[in-house]
Amino acid sequence: MNRVEVEKKVLSENQLLAEHLRERYRESGVCCVNLISSPGSGKTLLLERTLERMAPTARVAVLTGDLQTENDAQRLARFGFPVKQIITGGTCHLDARMIGRHLEGWDVASLDLLIVENVGNLVCPSSYDLGEDCKIVLLSTTEGEDKPLKYPSIFAKAALMLLTKVDLLPYVPFRAELARENARRVHPQIEIIDVSSTTGEGLEQWMAWLERRQQAKKAGQAAATRS
Amino acid sequence: MHELGVAASILDCVHAEAKRRPGSHISKVGIRLGEISGVDADSLQFGFECLVKETDLEPLVLEIEAVPRMQRCSQCSHEFRMTGYDPQCPQCGEFMTQCISGDQLDISYMEVDE
Repeated sequence: MNRVEVEKKVLSENQLLAEHLRERYRESGVCCVNLISSPGSGKTLLLERTLERMAPTARVAVLTGDLQTENDAQRLARFGFPVKQIITGGTCHLDARMIGRHLEGWDVASLDLLIVENVGNLVCPSSYDLGEDCKIVLLSTTEGEDKPLKYPSIFAKAALMLLTKVDLLPYVPFRAELARENARRVHPQIEIIDVSSTTGEGLEQWMAWLERRQQAKKAGQAAATRS
Repeated sequence: MHELGVAASILDCVHAEAKRRPGSHISKVGIRLGEISGVDADSLQFGFECLVKETDLEPLVLEIEAVPRMQRCSQCSHEFRMTGYDPQCPQCGEFMTQCISGDQLDISYMEVDE
């Protein structure tokens, strides 16, 4: 019997494809964000409000994942930006191969921002690198404040937590401060923005956050070109 | 939830290694599984056994080494194991500590019968 050291990532194939995507985004200065949450936390509605606020000249595109139906792509396409539905057919997460396949036919270099709306699921999407610049997790006020503790993986990896449906706070027993505290216990550096896609609260801050991420990406690209 | 897919990815690696060693049998594969990898060890073990059962890979054992979550303090650089969701540095009390380990999902070794 012979023991062989392997040192390989289990998801090395996905990792490789994700690194290729990351390289493509870096070369073109495209900022890619990966939105992850439970089903029903408000990812699609937030994206509707987001696209609605974009200038018509904004260079943004969306890939939206679901197990079935084109419903989300139809909802998002009416804002005039490129949108594609990724139907996973039962798979509970998006992987880098699906992203690469659905980018075919799009000129990635003509974009500033690529938004990926992952399948509604707090667990599996956290394991798959899609080549994104950052993961963003949504937690809604109709869920439990302890979700960051129950599903630490995604909260530990997300750069930003959007606390959604804050307009419902007067009507639900959700303790927002406890939810924020729990998120920071799992990930002390996590940024948090409270939003309501219904009243518009916090959306300016969210748009500004996205803008800053894009500027940072462009600045990084310019620095890399100079060197 | 996605453990069956993860198990299949591990078996892909086993197949690749077996191909490189004709005439040998791989009897064990060892992986390192981080506490916050988002993969459940029991489900992974179960999915793995289902995929191996009644195939030419039998007998093949999956050994899972659990890797704890480690944090590094931004102030005093002390490294410590994070337990009970307490990110605070036990040495200096700083709250802003950074996760440095715990999301592993790596194959570490295989045992080959030549």
